[in-house]
Amino acid sequence: MSTATPYESSFAALRGPGGSAWLPALRREAMDRFNTLGFPTTRNEDWHFTSVTPIAERVFKVAPAKSGPSSLSPADVSALVIGDPAWHRLVFVNGRFESSLSHFAGLPAEVRITTLVEALKESPEFVAEHLGKLAKSEGQTFTAFNTAFAQDGVVIHVPRGEIVDAPVHIVHISDSGASGVGMHPRLLVVAEPLSQIAIVESFTCNGQLSSSYLMNAVAEIEIGNGARVDHYQIQRESTDSFHVATTQVRQGRDSTYHSFSYAAGAALSRTNIYTQLSGDGAEARLNGLYLIDGAQHADHQTFVEHLAPSCASRELYKGILDGGSHGVFNGKVYVDPIAQKTDGKQTNHALLLSDHARVDTKPQLEIFADDVKCTHGATVGRLDESALFYLKSRGLGADNARALLTYAFAAEVLETIELDTLREGLEALAFARFTQGEQR
Amino acid sequence: MLKIENLHATAGGKEILKGISLTVSAGEVHAIMGPNGSGKSTLAQIIAGHPGYEVTGGTVTYEGNDLLAMQAEERAQKGVFLAFQYPIEIPGVTNAYFFRTAYNEVRKANGKEELDPIEFLDYMETKLKLVEMDPAMLSRSVNAGFSGGEKKRNEILQMAVLEPKLAILDETDSGLDIDALRVVAGGVNALRRPDNAAIVVTHYQRLLNYIVPDFVHVLAGGKIVKSGGKELALELEAKGYDWVMEAA
Repeated sequence: MSTATPYESSFAALRGPGGSAWLPALRREAMDRFNTLGFPTTRNEDWHFTSVTPIAERVFKVAPAKSGPSSLSPADVSALVIGDPAWHRLVFVNGRFESSLSHFAGLPAEVRITTLVEALKESPEFVAEHLGKLAKSEGQTFTAFNTAFAQDGVVIHVPRGEIVDAPVHIVHISDSGASGVGMHPRLLVVAEPLSQIAIVESFTCNGQLSSSYLMNAVAEIEIGNGARVDHYQIQRESTDSFHVATTQVRQGRDSTYHSFSYAAGAALSRTNIYTQLSGDGAEARLNGLYLIDGAQHADHQTFVEHLAPSCASRELYKGILDGGSHGVFNGKVYVDPIAQKTDGKQTNHALLLSDHARVDTKPQLEIFADDVKCTHGATVGRLDESALFYLKSRGLGADNARALLTYAFAAEVLETIELDTLREGLEALAFARFTQGEQR
Repeated sequence: MLKIENLHATAGGKEILKGISLTVSAGEVHAIMGPNGSGKSTLAQIIAGHPGYEVTGGTVTYEGNDLLAMQAEERAQKGVFLAFQYPIEIPGVTNAYFFRTAYNEVRKANGKEELDPIEFLDYMETKLKLVEMDPAMLSRSVNAGFSGGEKKRNEILQMAVLEPKLAILDETDSGLDIDALRVVAGGVNALRRPDNAAIVVTHYQRLLNYIVPDFVHVLAGGKIVKSGGKELALELEAKGYDWVMEAA
């Protein structure tokens, strides 16, 4: 047994989200794993460019119990996030579910969307069958940390052939009550064969905080044969905070997983998106955009495992870095010997707006099948001089031309977002950020 | 309007223009012809202010001012326009926004009031008809996914919107079918006025059937080797460039 982390005492005092004996056992096992692993250091290959010392040197408190209903109104929530109020919405404030701000009625009868706490009461067998099965604690400190400390979250079960028309918007708001707190929300999605659903996770903050918080989210997404899940993560945390999000997906035959990660907040963020293409003909598309400035650090790690023949994966990540910010992109692709006819393409581009900004990119391809098509391309650079000249030759001043091209760089990946409200909202944010105006 | 005297320029240390002199007055259309690699496009880009060339000698005066001392945007604001041979694609920025921003920047620099989006759309309507372009083009990203012909039409539309005093068309005819060529030339002709001028850079005589020049210059090896009237273009068409280069 290794030395216990400073979290052992708060773990011992924590009751957990419910469940019968299996859950305390799972949590205990995760806590032991967390104690053994400790926080990763930069000697760990997966964390080479990202030091989590600022997280490791603090001890984050357990989120306090709710002292009463939130002072926020549904309209306040709408103002804090990008999304359509008509979408199904589940709101958590400082890690605690707010039913008065949430609405998810009008779902097909068999579709179940509920909080983790409720799911453990209503269908404990279902949760026991799936929780912790994809997102394992082995070697994953932050997943172990989440499993040990998760107090609530969202459970989504879409039965065979069901199509959920409106997206499900999961909103995490941190306010002054989150100062010094560690939050560990859990998302469990089971999309049975031929079903479809779109999920938007928004992470945002409201007002001033007196000290940093940690958002350590874990999502497990099981996608059955022929099913499709669209998954958006919109990270606009306080720039004083720490954000770690790990998504672990398993895809069946002919299934589709589309992921989009937008990261503009947090002092230090790490986004892990891992998918296993386990059935023939599965398709994964992982796109993302990060916009950072000042002393912000944003790290994205993707891992696509081609474990069956004829699967396709597409990745496009872009970053715009200003000030003294630091970006990291690590895209791993593994092609199993059985995964013939794999079609994989990975692209990542970073735009440096300042001499002090820095980006480290590391594409990693491990290919053990011979009949495959896998490419990767990475660029780090500045704005295209010929495009700048084009705009200047039309009368735009240098600053104006630069701003417009910077926006265009971001817009090229935002364009791939299929939810109109989300795409237009993020485009407007990026446009205002770089040009201080409105496009239309 | 434009006076070029003994212009020398290099790119990447290589001398491309070796002493060009050319005078363009208001109301005139000049054609610059010549074989590939003769320096035609370089001359066009230097007038517009491309940063990739170094002027090593000579002067360029525009309306009495030193053109070479001006930034590219200042030249545009003062009425110089280059229709690009290879227009740049800018995904994510709509044509409507790009056109309005360019138009308003030029107006602002000339002390005129900016147009709001609604006023600008009214203004655009007549311009779109001039180049027979669908208004739906305005909501598409600048040149992104446009065909070769659409890109060239979009260049002429920008010219129509900005109403330059000196327009330079850099191989606007390359890659155009005859219908597109007719539309593009029609747009250029409609914009001809006694107080503006154009320089048409082309490899082929074909475009000059539609945009009839007052003067034709042959550029070869970085120098103007022959100048004449519009009949020179026909002679070049019949005899090829070798004839002029030998005569020079």
